Amino acid sequence: MPDTLIFGMEVFLNGLMAGVLYALVALGFVLIYKASGIFNYAQGVMALFAAMTLVGIMEGQVPFAHLINAILGTEVHHFGWHIPAFLAILLTMGVMVFLAWAVQRLIFRHLVNQEPIILFMATIGLAYFLEGLGDIMWGADIKKLDVGLPQGINTAIDEVTYGWFGYGFFIDNLDIVATVIAALLVVVLVMFSQYTKQGRAMRAVADDHQAALSVGVSLNFIWIMVWSVAGFVALVAGIMWGTKSGVQFSLSLIALKALPVLMLGGFTSIPGAIVGGLIIGVGEKLFEFLVGPLIGGATENWFAYVLALIFLVFRPQGLFGEKIIERV
Amino acid sequence: MKTKLAMATLAAMVAAAPAMAELTFTALSYRTGPYAANGIPFADGYEDYFTLLNERDGGIGGEPIRLVECETGYNTEKGVECYESTKGEGALVYQPLSTGITYQLIPKATADGIPVHSMGYGRTSAKNGEVFQYIFNYPANYWDGASVAIKHLLDVNGGDLSGKKIALVYHNSAYGKEPIRTLEVLAEKHGYELTLLPVDHPGQEQKSQWLQIRRDRPDHVIMWGWGVMNQVAIQEAVNIRFPMENFIGIWWSGSENDVLPAGDGADGYKALTFHNLGSDYPLFDDIQTHVVDKGLAAGAGDQIGTVLYNRGLYAAMLAAEAARTAQEIHGVSAITAEQMRDGMENLVMTEEKMAALGLPNFGPEFSVSCQNHGGDGYAAVAQWDADAGEFTLITDYMQSDQDVILPLVAEDSAAYAQEAGITPGCK
Repeated sequence: MPDTLIFGMEVFLNGLMAGVLYALVALGFVLIYKASGIFNYAQGVMALFAAMTLVGIMEGQVPFAHLINAILGTEVHHFGWHIPAFLAILLTMGVMVFLAWAVQRLIFRHLVNQEPIILFMATIGLAYFLEGLGDIMWGADIKKLDVGLPQGINTAIDEVTYGWFGYGFFIDNLDIVATVIAALLVVVLVMFSQYTKQGRAMRAVADDHQAALSVGVSLNFIWIMVWSVAGFVALVAGIMWGTKSGVQFSLSLIALKALPVLMLGGFTSIPGAIVGGLIIGVGEKLFEFLVGPLIGGATENWFAYVLALIFLVFRPQGLFGEKIIERV
Repeated sequence: MKTKLAMATLAAMVAAAPAMAELTFTALSYRTGPYAANGIPFADGYEDYFTLLNERDGGIGGEPIRLVECETGYNTEKGVECYESTKGEGALVYQPLSTGITYQLIPKATADGIPVHSMGYGRTSAKNGEVFQYIFNYPANYWDGASVAIKHLLDVNGGDLSGKKIALVYHNSAYGKEPIRTLEVLAEKHGYELTLLPVDHPGQEQKSQWLQIRRDRPDHVIMWGWGVMNQVAIQEAVNIRFPMENFIGIWWSGSENDVLPAGDGADGYKALTFHNLGSDYPLFDDIQTHVVDKGLAAGAGDQIGTVLYNRGLYAAMLAAEAARTAQEIHGVSAITAEQMRDGMENLVMTEEKMAALGLPNFGPEFSVSCQNHGGDGYAAVAQWDADAGEFTLITDYMQSDQDVILPLVAEDSAAYAQEAGITPGCK
């Protein structure tokens, strides 16, 4: 088998894995947009905030330590304990639920029936606020995140493919874990929205706020729930990306990777986020592999958007998005 | 009557008192934003050194120091705003701490007659002081860095790189592209094969580049990264089991922030540096006594001795020594920006001087002149010890290949002079 084909297969598989990581971020956008029509600019920052909070809780870091020390003249930084990852994840989830409640209570409750662009602007403000809050709470230093996920080359795949092709494929164990978790997440989210009372209420709100209100669905509750679930998805994305690069400000920029996925998969479809992520991941990696060397490389960022735009020309609502028909 | 008498006495005292000027230094820092983790230690080191001089020596040459800090967020537009808003305060020198901001300030600061010191960043050909009369980039620039990296690789390969494969993983920006020309010229000279692997900003996803490295199996990888790109690159190198001792980064890819997220796997990673590391110097005892113990440490006071803290401290030390040189040249203590420029252009850093400052063997010896604003191009290689949690120097300071660097500097600065309508010459 030609080397290019073998290498191309490896690139294809890694593209699929990268796509899953993009999809994890895109899922958070989809959930909130589906339920409230809000394009949540703060989704990337929520992933950063969740990851910072997780590390802070695990390490027993005193929140707002710098602020407390500056005001009170104290020197407190750590509580002196370490919390197991699983418990810390639960506690972080509690923080994200509180954040969802606060966002709904303090911002979006006051913006009901406003234009989508106003809601979008509010999420921009929320993003910058959360960036600052995260820094003040946990500090701006780069933190190592280790919740026990395996990382590095999967030796089984390496050996098996070496036996087949004489060249061992590189697949990162972390990417495999991310794929399994993303698959579980999609199944759980789809089942939740299809088969639970709250899920059906969420879909009702997504279809028509007024109609849902008229049959007794609490808009406040649904939105807090959706922001909480989006917070959970942000936490998962934050763990995966934070394990790769350390928890740091740049984690918020992973949202840039989710945008072409959303354009391609549609803003309202959970499976669309996954399929969109896979197409973007494979597309950008194969393009970089095959065409990148001919044009100087570093094609992935822009090619992802080109790919999304090509799909948009033929399906403006995205592959799985709902077609919007407005009658005059 | 008593009031009038008191006022007259006060007026007489004010008139009789010696003029108490201040030496104003600016810190264009970034304690917020995507690169805050790197900006904070540098800013702390810069501030702590000036605080030390004020507390211990009463300033420089008897003049107290005033430090004006302006937050840029590592954003070029904000950096220019900072420059415009602070230049009227009598700033003696600007250290923009960003290549983008430096490029914007080159024409502005030159027109305003305020020197700029871009230490280890910025426009490399600013080394030619006859063209860039107000811009300084001592003690070393990016092309020096590229050359010293190759010198080190020559050393570890018995002086022969012919037939070797070297990959450059670089931030796909003007900064990241800086070493390419030098590395290409050196490839012709030493016979190695150079592969270029650009990484788009911010660099969180580098799977393609590292899969290619795994396929091509280069003998050495050189990195020109910044921010998250560094951490991801080192983690990916660990993932594909690339030998860390064959992986070497420029000085902006060599702080604790870059290696800690990868854990033990980063052990052995190398990076260039133009100053020494750690806190085992007499000056740090003074910082403890006169700054930390008095509760005057910058920021949270938790960065002392880190790589980037030391770099900020070194930058402040070089600024202070240039100011001292200017005071000696002009015979005044309250110097102007123009006089500061003269001090920078006549700066000589010797080992004796650094030892007297409490920083023995902290940086390379170098001298600045009208023709040479970039120092002598010395840098060393540091290596990360994951167990000890620190970088340590593993080589002496090595001079870059001047036969290669100087013609490149002359060529690039001549092009700039022509473009900007500058007639080269000394002031």
